[in-house]
Amino acid sequence: MSADAAPAQTPPPAGLPPRVGLFVTCLVDLFRPSVGFAAVKLMEDAGCTVEVPAAQTCCGQPAFNSGDRADARDIAKAVIRAFEGYDYVVAPSGSCASMLKKHYVELFDGDPAAMERANLFSAKVFELVSFLTDVLGLDQVEAAFSGSATYHDSCSGLRELGIERQPRKLLQSVEGLELKEMQDSDVCCGFGGTFCVKYPDISNKIVSEKTRCIEESGAELLLAGDLGCLMNMAGKLKREGSRIEVRHVAEVLAGMTEQPAIGEKKRG
Amino acid sequence: MHITSPAFKDNARAALDDDALQRALGNVRSGFIGKRAKAAAALPEFEQLRDAARDIKDHVLAHLDLYLEAYADKVEASGGHVHWAQDAEDARRIILGICEAKKARTVTKGKSMITEEIGLNAFLEEHAVTPVETDLGEYIIQLRGEHPSHIIAPAVHVNKDQVEEDFRRVHTHLDPARNLEEPTTLLSEARAVLRDKYFQADIGITGANFLVAETGSSIIVTNEGNGDLTQILPKTHIVVASVEKVVPTLEDMSQILRVLARSATGQDMSVYTTLSTGPKRPEDPDGPEDYHVVLLDNGRSAMLGSEFQEMLRCIRCGACMNHCPVYHAVGGHAYGWVYPGPMGAVLTPSLIGVDQAGHLPNASTFCGRCESVCPMRIPLPKMMRHWREREFSRNLNPAAARYGLGLWAFFAKRPAVYHAAMRLAIGTLSRLGRRSGRFASLPFAGGWTRFRDLPAPQGATFQAQWAKKRKSA
Repeated sequence: MSADAAPAQTPPPAGLPPRVGLFVTCLVDLFRPSVGFAAVKLMEDAGCTVEVPAAQTCCGQPAFNSGDRADARDIAKAVIRAFEGYDYVVAPSGSCASMLKKHYVELFDGDPAAMERANLFSAKVFELVSFLTDVLGLDQVEAAFSGSATYHDSCSGLRELGIERQPRKLLQSVEGLELKEMQDSDVCCGFGGTFCVKYPDISNKIVSEKTRCIEESGAELLLAGDLGCLMNMAGKLKREGSRIEVRHVAEVLAGMTEQPAIGEKKRG
Repeated sequence: MHITSPAFKDNARAALDDDALQRALGNVRSGFIGKRAKAAAALPEFEQLRDAARDIKDHVLAHLDLYLEAYADKVEASGGHVHWAQDAEDARRIILGICEAKKARTVTKGKSMITEEIGLNAFLEEHAVTPVETDLGEYIIQLRGEHPSHIIAPAVHVNKDQVEEDFRRVHTHLDPARNLEEPTTLLSEARAVLRDKYFQADIGITGANFLVAETGSSIIVTNEGNGDLTQILPKTHIVVASVEKVVPTLEDMSQILRVLARSATGQDMSVYTTLSTGPKRPEDPDGPEDYHVVLLDNGRSAMLGSEFQEMLRCIRCGACMNHCPVYHAVGGHAYGWVYPGPMGAVLTPSLIGVDQAGHLPNASTFCGRCESVCPMRIPLPKMMRHWREREFSRNLNPAAARYGLGLWAFFAKRPAVYHAAMRLAIGTLSRLGRRSGRFASLPFAGGWTRFRDLPAPQGATFQAQWAKKRKSA
C-alpha cells in the first residue's frame, strides 16, 4: 500500500480477533506508561489483538488549539497513515480520541481526498472505556479494588464523545469498589492543555473548586479517563496535602493498581 | 467605553483577589445552572426547538439585506423612522440629533447591551442629556459608575450589602434610619425613586431582542416592567438594535422566545414580552408620538460570510457565561469590554479587533459547556479556535509561546527523533522525581508548579518499555 493512497475499507474478518492500534497519547507515553499497559490488558482480555505503532507521538492538539493548523495537519496525516490499516484505533483519553475522531476532519477543508481519508479513519477511532462497552459489548470487568472512588467526567470525552455512563457501568462491576459521586463532576478541572500554564491563576481557581468537590465526595480515590486532567487534579490535591489517591480509570478496571498512584512515591 | 481587554491577565488576577466579587460570583454558579437544566428538562421538544431556532437565524443571515429592507419598510409604513448607523459614532450622532430636536434633557433607558456597545450614556452626559437606567441592575451599576458584568444580570458582581450602601449614599432624601435589610425593600425603594423619572423623561430608549420584518415591530423581554414604562410614557421612543436582530415573522420570534428565557433564567417566558410597532395611532390610549429605530452595523456585516458568521445567531441569553468556569472564576469585568464570557470571547475580537481582544479567545479551556447549552447551537469553542488561528497567522501570540510550539512541533513530526529525545528527558526526570513521586518546583515549569505539584514520570516511556517487551517476547 502506498503511503498516500487511501486503503480499501474492510470490516474485521468474521472469526478473527479485531486488530486494534493503540494510540498511547503523549502524556501516557511519557508520564504514566502503566495506563497504556492497562489499556492493552483490558482489550486483550476482551479478545482483541493490540499493536502499538512506533510512528506516533502526539495527537496534535497543542498545535491545533494554538491556531497552528499547518503543523496540526501534518501530524494528523502522519497519525492517519500510521493507524488506518487497523480495524480500530483506541486511545486511553477522551480528549485525544476526540481530536482524532472529531477534529482531524476539520483540518482538510478544500482537500476532498484527504477529507475522505480522515472520515474513514474517524469511524475507527474510539476512547478506551467506551470502546470496551459500546463496541466490544463489555458490561463488567474482572477486577477488585477495596475502597471508595469518585469519577470526574473529562470535558472532551463527556461533551464531544458522550462518555458518561460507560465508565460508571464498568466501575460498578469492580469488586469492593464503592462509587461516590462528587458535586459538579461534569465541570472542567481547569487543565485545558496549554491553558493551565498560559493562565495559571485562573486555572488554579478552577482546579481549587474541583478539589473541594472531590474532597467533599468523601471518596478515597479519584478516577478519570484523561491523564492531563488527572495530573492537574493530582498535582493540586498533593499540593493541598490531600490523602486522596488519583488514578486513570483503566488502571482500576484492569486490576493494575500495584504502581504508586499519580504523584505518589514508591511504597516501601 | 474604555477597553481594558489587553490587560485581561491583570484584570483576572485582581478579580481573583476580590473577595466581594468572588462571593457574588458564587450566585452565578448556584442559581442559573440548575434553573436552566430544570426548564430544559421540562420541555420534551427543547432540543428540537434549539434546532429550529438555529435554522431560523441561519436563514435570516443568508438573506439579511432582504429582511432588513422589509423590516425598515414596515416601520416607515407604520409612521416610524429608520436610521442606518454604520458604526458606534454614527449611532451616537443620530441619537443625539433626535435628543436635540426634541430639546430632551432626560432620557429613560430600558436595559440594552447595544447602548453599552456604543457608549451612549457617557456621550449623552457630555452633551447635557441625562440618561436614567430603569432596569434595577442597570440602575445599581449606574449609581456605582460601573459597567454591566453580565449581559442579562448586569449587577451580578454586586452583593446586597453593597447595594444598600449605594442607595443610602444616593437616596439622601429618604429617612437614613430606614430598614433596607430585605432585598424586596431595596427593590421597592428603587421602584419608587424611578417612578418619577419615567414621567420626567423626554425620550425613552430601549434595545430590542427581536425585530420582526413581517410587521415592523421591535420586541423586548423584561422581568420588571421597566421597559414598558420606558417606551410608553415619554413622547419619543428610540429603539437601538444591531442588524442581526431581525427575524422574518412573529411566528419565528415566538419559536426563538421559547428557548430564550429557558436558557437565560430558566423561566418559561420572561414576565413581560413587549411589542412596539410605530408611534401611537389616533385610536391608541397611550404610546409615543414619535418612534425611531437606529439600526447598527458596527462590524457585523463584515462577519457575514466569514468563519464567525454563526456568532450572529446569538440572542444574548447569557447561558454561555452562566456555565463557563472561566467566567465563574473572574467575572465579566475582567474581559475588558462590553461582552464577557464565551460569547464575548468570540464577538469582542470581531468588533474591536483581535489585536486588542486577543486574550479572550485564548482564555478558555475548551471545556465545551458553553456550546452544550447555547440555545442557538453556536460552536463557540470552534470559533475561539478560529481567532487563535488568526492570531497565529498574524504572529500576534507571544514569541516564547511560538518558539516553544515550533520546537515541540519539530519533534512531534519526527517520531524516531522524538522517541529518542523523550527517552533521555523522561529518564532524567523520573530519576529526579523518584524520591517524592512529584515535583514542587521545576525550572521552566513555573506556570504549572506555582500552584500545583507536577507528578513525576513513572520511569521509562511506554514506547521504550513496549519495544523491550516485544523484543524479549
